[in-house]
Amino acid sequence: MSEVTLVDAVNMALAAEMAADPSVVVLGEDVGVNGGVFRATAGLQQRFGPQRVLDTPLSETLIAGMSIGLAAEGLKPVAEIQFMGFVYSTMDQMINHAARLRNRTRGRLSCPMVLRAPFGGGIHAPEHHSESTEALFAHIPGLRVVIPSSPGRAYGLLLAAIRDPDPVIFLEPKRVYRLVKQEVADNGEALPLDVCFLLREGTDVTLVSWGAMIHEIMTAADQLAASGISAEVIDVATIKPLDMNTILDSVAKTGRCVIVHEAARTCGVGAEIAAQLAERGLMSLFAPVERVTGYDAIIPLFNLEKEYMPSVGRIVAAVKRTLEG
Amino acid sequence: MAEFLYLLRPHLTLSRWRGRKSTALGGGQWRQTSWVRKYRWRMANGRAALLTAKARKECLLPTGLSENSQNRSDPVFCMMRGTTTVTKESEKRVRKQKKGAAVPPQQSHSSVHFDIHDHRILDADGCLVGRLPECAKQPDQLIALYRIMVKTRLFDEKAIALQRRGQLGTYASSLGQEAIGAAIGTVMADDDVLFPAYREYAAQFLRGVTMADILLYWGGNEQGMNFKGQRHDFPICVPIAGQAPHAVGTAYAMKLCDEKRVAVCVIGDGGTSKGDFCEAINAAGTWALPIVFIVNNNGWAISMPRKRQTGAETLAQKAIAAGFPGEQVDGNDVIALTDRIDQALHKARMGIGPTLIEALTYRLCDHTTADDASRYRSGQEVKEQWHYEPIKRLRTYLNEIDCWSESDEQELLASCHDEVEQAVSCYLNTPPQPPESMFDYLYQSLPAALEEQRASVVQWSKGNE
Repeated sequence: MSEVTLVDAVNMALAAEMAADPSVVVLGEDVGVNGGVFRATAGLQQRFGPQRVLDTPLSETLIAGMSIGLAAEGLKPVAEIQFMGFVYSTMDQMINHAARLRNRTRGRLSCPMVLRAPFGGGIHAPEHHSESTEALFAHIPGLRVVIPSSPGRAYGLLLAAIRDPDPVIFLEPKRVYRLVKQEVADNGEALPLDVCFLLREGTDVTLVSWGAMIHEIMTAADQLAASGISAEVIDVATIKPLDMNTILDSVAKTGRCVIVHEAARTCGVGAEIAAQLAERGLMSLFAPVERVTGYDAIIPLFNLEKEYMPSVGRIVAAVKRTLEG
Repeated sequence: MAEFLYLLRPHLTLSRWRGRKSTALGGGQWRQTSWVRKYRWRMANGRAALLTAKARKECLLPTGLSENSQNRSDPVFCMMRGTTTVTKESEKRVRKQKKGAAVPPQQSHSSVHFDIHDHRILDADGCLVGRLPECAKQPDQLIALYRIMVKTRLFDEKAIALQRRGQLGTYASSLGQEAIGAAIGTVMADDDVLFPAYREYAAQFLRGVTMADILLYWGGNEQGMNFKGQRHDFPICVPIAGQAPHAVGTAYAMKLCDEKRVAVCVIGDGGTSKGDFCEAINAAGTWALPIVFIVNNNGWAISMPRKRQTGAETLAQKAIAAGFPGEQVDGNDVIALTDRIDQALHKARMGIGPTLIEALTYRLCDHTTADDASRYRSGQEVKEQWHYEPIKRLRTYLNEIDCWSESDEQELLASCHDEVEQAVSCYLNTPPQPPESMFDYLYQSLPAALEEQRASVVQWSKGNE
């Protein structure tokens, strides 16, 4: 077992599944010879050939749309969109077709595809490269939206996403791509979809997040522990469909909840979690649910992106507000 | 000579595809091979070119590039001849090149000439103006084409009547465009895959979709697209041109698995303005996929006439930009359509690559039953277009050759009538899907998070009973 980064883990999972399942094909812009703009597909074309690791023309609509045609023929396409900011061209295909194909044919055809895209800010990228718009896809019935936050979960969840019989949007927090290393066994074992991961047990407050913000809430939990506050940390991982039971169980224990996401506040996934807590967990709450999120503003160019994204300080302050209540 | 080179090229393309598995071949790389570049003349994707000066003359005119389009006896009507001239910048480059200055090889400039051919065999008066092709040589073949067109038209009339009586939802008619579906359905192989838009009922009927299926779909029941026909065919596609990228994916899968199958994608004239279509034909040309695009150019995209849809003289020429042949066919001439689609399928099956067929027809109906075409086009125009419709001309010809009598006609009408009525009865007697079915096909298995909502639908639908 070796220590790998999150982007290495994505590469490992792709290679493992391509080796195990000849129906898996990888496609996207620059994924072949170049190995992807973040090198997530590095070496795959050399190993599996240009037919299975396919450099497409610069056509995001085509990439999503042809994945549907590939999937309907029994292949398992794993498509890469270079950045979340370019994913919007795929949305007609993903919403009108991929998400609906099984339903509109009553199961005659299905669409086992994965659409991968790096998302989120914090790497001083150019305009349109730092968005966190996962809620757009989470709104769509028929899709799964999966977001890993560590190398281990990237490996296990990507394997699960490829093996899933329905379309999965797999969003990779690019700020974490090379932030941490972790020992990951390349054993082909998938992690479960549709469930939250409890990363740290605590008694005073539940911190809920996904993607790169997991690292902020873990740091916040450390700081809070130093001042005697015990925080439970939940990585939602699959934001659609949402495993509310794990969150409700935790909040039943702690009585407080702070939801953290990088995406803009209004209609973010945090709003859904807060609404369900109000519907099903209100009597457990000792304090109003807090949200620490990106602002309802366009994510600034990188001079100011730090000001936009939730910081450890903002998270700790929100936790303290819930404890004062 | 030209034909020989042309036939040679796809073989080479395929062998590159199959043979160089371990080398890094990017999307464009396997086109930029040195053996293509050494020829002075190149067409859009290099496939049509490789012309020596001797071969050029005979090969440039028929850009349709099938063996038949070079056959003098084939009824070819040249509608349009386009030439792109060498730009000033490229002239400079050519001059530099002559002086021996380095020019990056991938930036080589070429002058592209193309012609868009228009194919017709049976004219509007039912007169043969060309040679009957193999696929429609026997009277039985012609009669089969005739029968499916008549059946589709009677079905269409009935569907509209049902809609007007409130027994069917919005319905998109194929009136006047029956020949396109009839031709497609006649020549496609069972294991080919059809990607229809929403006026290809004749093709769908021939591929085993029932009239009741179509009625169920427009009648608001998803079961209509769970048809028993070719189970791998795609369902009707309402978002315009959205099915074109799907067809590319399926064609790519066919090529990857080395199968002799073809994806057939049908879209309307309006659809050719969509990015989905442009991205799809571009990719199909890039990879020389086994795919046939058929454009039902019925003159109108709801209220938008063809002339205002694009500045391009023909829709077929869009294929030239994508690197494969495009041609126009009289879309009301089911014989020519059958022939040209048959040849395009054959070519795709042989690994030669895609073809775009622009079928010139006319939408004799409203866009859908929710439309009123009198708001944007004259009754006179529609009246004139009835002269060209596809069914009458074939009947005239069948009468001419003594293969179709008035009693045959009456028998056909009666049997179609019975078939349609049976389908209507089947449709009207099909119970709606249970309300919870909205969850039952959303994912392969229902996520736990949705169980409560499904239970709520069950509970409330019982309360409503």
